[in-house]
Amino acid sequence: MNLTNLKKAFILTIPVLLGYIFLGIAFGILVVSSGYNVFFTLLSSSILYAGSMQFALIAFLKENASLISILVMTLFINSRHMFYGLTLIERYSKFNKLKPYMMFSLTDETYALICSLKDKEDYNSNTILFLVSFLNHMYWIAGGLIGTLIGNVLPINATGIDFAMTALFVAIVVDQYKTNKDHFPFYTGLFIGIASLIILGPDNFLLPAIILSVIILIIRNKKYE
Amino acid sequence: MNEYVVILLVSFITIFLRFLPFMLFKNGKLPKTIEKIGDSLPSTIMILLVIYCVKNINIFTYNYGLPELIAVSIVVLIHLYKRNMLLSIFLGTITYMFLIQYVFI
Repeated sequence: MNLTNLKKAFILTIPVLLGYIFLGIAFGILVVSSGYNVFFTLLSSSILYAGSMQFALIAFLKENASLISILVMTLFINSRHMFYGLTLIERYSKFNKLKPYMMFSLTDETYALICSLKDKEDYNSNTILFLVSFLNHMYWIAGGLIGTLIGNVLPINATGIDFAMTALFVAIVVDQYKTNKDHFPFYTGLFIGIASLIILGPDNFLLPAIILSVIILIIRNKKYE
Repeated sequence: MNEYVVILLVSFITIFLRFLPFMLFKNGKLPKTIEKIGDSLPSTIMILLVIYCVKNINIFTYNYGLPELIAVSIVVLIHLYKRNMLLSIFLGTITYMFLIQYVFI
C-alpha cells in the first residue's frame, strides 16, 4: 500500500468522514443516554455497521420489542443493501481475500462512493476501493467512540453538519446525470421516490421505491431487446 | 434478553443481506437482466438516497424545507460549474449549517 493511494482514498472519503463522525457522535450519545456502555458502541459499530439500523435497534431495545419483531424490522430496514451488491457483482469478483470485507462494508455511503469511481480509471483500483471502504468503517467506529466517551462535554454546535452526506449524494447524482446519456433511470428514481414518499410516508418509502424502480427498469430493458 | 446477543443476530441478518447477491451469482455468470440493471440501477438508487436524506422535511409548515432546498440547489449549481466534489460538499454543508443555526431557527 503506498501513500498516494491512501491520500487519494482519504480525499475521496472526506465528506463521509464529516457525516460519519458527527452521526457517530450522535449515536454514541444515544448509547450512553439509553444506559449502555462503550462495548455496545464498539460491537454495533464494528460488526453491525448500519447507521439507521443501529439507531432503530436502540429504540427497539428501549421498548422491549420482541426478538422476532426486531429481526423482521432488520430485514425491512436493510434489504436495500441487496440491491447495492447486485450492481457490483462483476467489479467485486476482482477481489480475492478482501472480497468478504468489501461485501460486508457496503453501506449507503460506501456504495455511493464506489459507484462514483466507476468511470475514473486512476481511482478504480482494488487498493483504493478497499481503502475507501475501510476508512469509512473506521470513521463510523471513531465517531461512535467519541460520542460514547466524551459526547456530553463537546462544546461545539455542529447541528446540520450531517448534511455533508446529503451533499455527497447530490454531487454524485449531478456527476451521473452529466456522464450518462440515458436519463430514464434518474427520472424513474425521482418520480417513484417522491410518489412513494407522499403515499407511504418517510419511514416506509425507500424499499418499496427501490423494488418498484427495479421492476420498471427490467420491463424497459426487455422492451429494448 | 441480552442486548449483545440481539446485536449479533441483527448483524448476522444484515451481513447475510449484503452477501446474498454475491452468493446467488457467485460463478460470475450473470443473467442478462441483472447485467443490464447493473448499468442503470445506480443512478436510480442515488436519487432515491437523496430523497431519503431529505425525507423528513415538511413543505407545509415552517421552515417549508427551505434550508434543504437552498443548500441542495447550491450543491447542484456549484457542482455543475466547478465539478469539484469537495468544494460542492463543503459550500453546501456550510450553507445548510448557517441556515438552520441562524436563519430558520
